[in-house]
Amino acid sequence: MAELFEYLTEPMQYAFMQRALLMAILVGLVCAVFSCFLVLKGWSLMGDAVSHAVLPGIVIAYILAIPLSIGAFIGGLFCAVATGYVKDNSRLKEDAIMGIIFSGMFALGLVIYLKVQPEIHLDHILFGNILGVQAADLWETGIICAATLGLIVVRRHDLLLYCFDQAYARAIGLPVKLIHYALLVALSLTIVASLKAVGVILVIAMLIAPGAIAYLLTNRFSHMLLISSVVAVGSSVAGVFVSFYLDADTGATIILIQTFIFILAFLFAPTSGILRKKIVSQNS
Amino acid sequence: MAKFIYNPSLEVNDITVTYNNGHTAIYDASFSLSAGTICALVGVNGSGKSTLFKSIMGFVKPVKGSVTLSGMPVLTALKQNIVSYVPQAEDVDWNFPVLVEDVVMMGRFGHMNFMRIPKKKDKLAVRDALEKVGMTEYSRRQIGELSGGQKKRVFLARSIAQEGQIILLDEPFTGVDVQTELAIMKLLKQMRDEGRLMLVATHNLGSIPDFCDHTVMLNRTILDAGKTADVFTPENLEKTFGGVLRHFTLGGDELHDDDDTRSVRVITDDERPLVLYGNKTQKSAAAKKSSTANKPDADAKITTSKAEAK
Ligand SMILES: Nc1ncnc2c1ncn2[C@@H]1O[C@H](COP(=O)(O)OP(=O)(O)OP(=O)(O)O)[C@@H](O)[C@H]1O
Ligand SMILES: [Mg+2]
Repeated sequence: MAELFEYLTEPMQYAFMQRALLMAILVGLVCAVFSCFLVLKGWSLMGDAVSHAVLPGIVIAYILAIPLSIGAFIGGLFCAVATGYVKDNSRLKEDAIMGIIFSGMFALGLVIYLKVQPEIHLDHILFGNILGVQAADLWETGIICAATLGLIVVRRHDLLLYCFDQAYARAIGLPVKLIHYALLVALSLTIVASLKAVGVILVIAMLIAPGAIAYLLTNRFSHMLLISSVVAVGSSVAGVFVSFYLDADTGATIILIQTFIFILAFLFAPTSGILRKKIVSQNS
Repeated sequence: MAKFIYNPSLEVNDITVTYNNGHTAIYDASFSLSAGTICALVGVNGSGKSTLFKSIMGFVKPVKGSVTLSGMPVLTALKQNIVSYVPQAEDVDWNFPVLVEDVVMMGRFGHMNFMRIPKKKDKLAVRDALEKVGMTEYSRRQIGELSGGQKKRVFLARSIAQEGQIILLDEPFTGVDVQTELAIMKLLKQMRDEGRLMLVATHNLGSIPDFCDHTVMLNRTILDAGKTADVFTPENLEKTFGGVLRHFTLGGDELHDDDDTRSVRVITDDERPLVLYGNKTQKSAAAKKSSTANKPDADAKITTSKAEAK
């Protein structure tokens, strides 16, 4: 018992580990809540697109000497809005358009990055650097998380209706355009808030896995939000500790744990799990 | 909240609707309806019925003309939560994690505060609506775990729970069994007596005289509109449906041995009636929905598949 206690307290003697833990929980929570909507709306690829599209934003912000987060936010939002614009004015499907826009923007970011050679590590943009998080980063992420979470939790019913039945949302006079763009802004903000922790490539896992796991486990949206949050925060905490002892990359460890939980849910979910189905069909 | 602050009305003012692909689905269409009415909207496939609904809801913008709902422009009226609309086919993800009662509760959003926390009266309205469409026992099912007709009934319940003044139903009877159809018609009549305004697209010509006091005939433009008694004539039906209509006449000499020269005519759009004379099924009217028809009585003269509605 005392040994276990030591296992938990030892990493927390280091200030950088404390900050990493707090950051992981914050990011895990906001991504978890958002992931429920992304999974239900079929916007998983949108998360991928926006996260890649922040790269040119960051690099250009570096050149212009404005805060990198602002550049990242503008880059991400631009990608989302441009996708909507092209979709409305062509016959292509959204996924094809997104694929073109975000890879184009990502490529642009890479080209400029190599030309400019900024002192931010490309690795840190791509994979995050949660152990290097500073107090100021925590504040920034904390404020964004609070705003996004507040918005989503208070308006979750309208957002749910919007995802479920857009025509009816419009029929009862909800401002669907506004909701659409509010979701995109919140998505871009969430990704920006998560960059320091898990980076451009890994944030997409945080934005899909918890919602996908919860979706397998329940038929009620309120439960889905809850399960998703518990899974994400649990994985974040576990990931921080496990990575400390294994000397592994923290962001990657968190995502591995989420993936592991997903596999468990896939196999054992109460109604849809494949093993569960096998057992039921054998017993009957 | 007072139940009828509005005196519902619907005015379609010379509208022309052209889709993005250049196809003009409706041109120069005008008609108006006032409170306490059930109006049938009839026309062949592709005559623009659904398009008319979509333009009344502001989902497609007319290139010419305007729509007013209770004297207000469409968007204003929608914000007042006075219009409910049940589309021909729901474009939703049936795997969505919502229960039947959650879907019907969405109909109450317009009556709740911005957090959408249901009060007692909202829960009562949901229960009441589910009971009216006979879906009470399914209220805790996930929305995808229902049959096609049951799904339709849930969305109808949602629009009932909304307590809209203007109710637009795009083919509410397709895929619904006769018993449910009768229950829905009864419900609509009840809502008419409460002063609401309903516009119902249907191919179910047989029941129109029973429950619709007004009729609008559409074929890309309004062919005729007005009281069912005046508009719903064989001539108008001929005009609306052209050669598409199934037509079936039994002459007096085939019917009986006396000198009565009157004939029996059966006119139908898509749902073929079962026509029986004595115990013989008449050739040209093979039953598509025979399961919904009553077993012929020995003395039955004529039974149409939907004639039980009478
Ligand atoms: N989104 C669209 N884009 C282009 N044309 C359309 C679109 N929707 C419908 N149309 C065309 O507009 C015309 C009217 O269609 P609409 O759906 O209003 O017919 P309807 O009267 O509801 O038919 P049904 O009885 O089959 O429901 C049709 O010719 C159809 O092909
Ligand atoms: Mg239609």
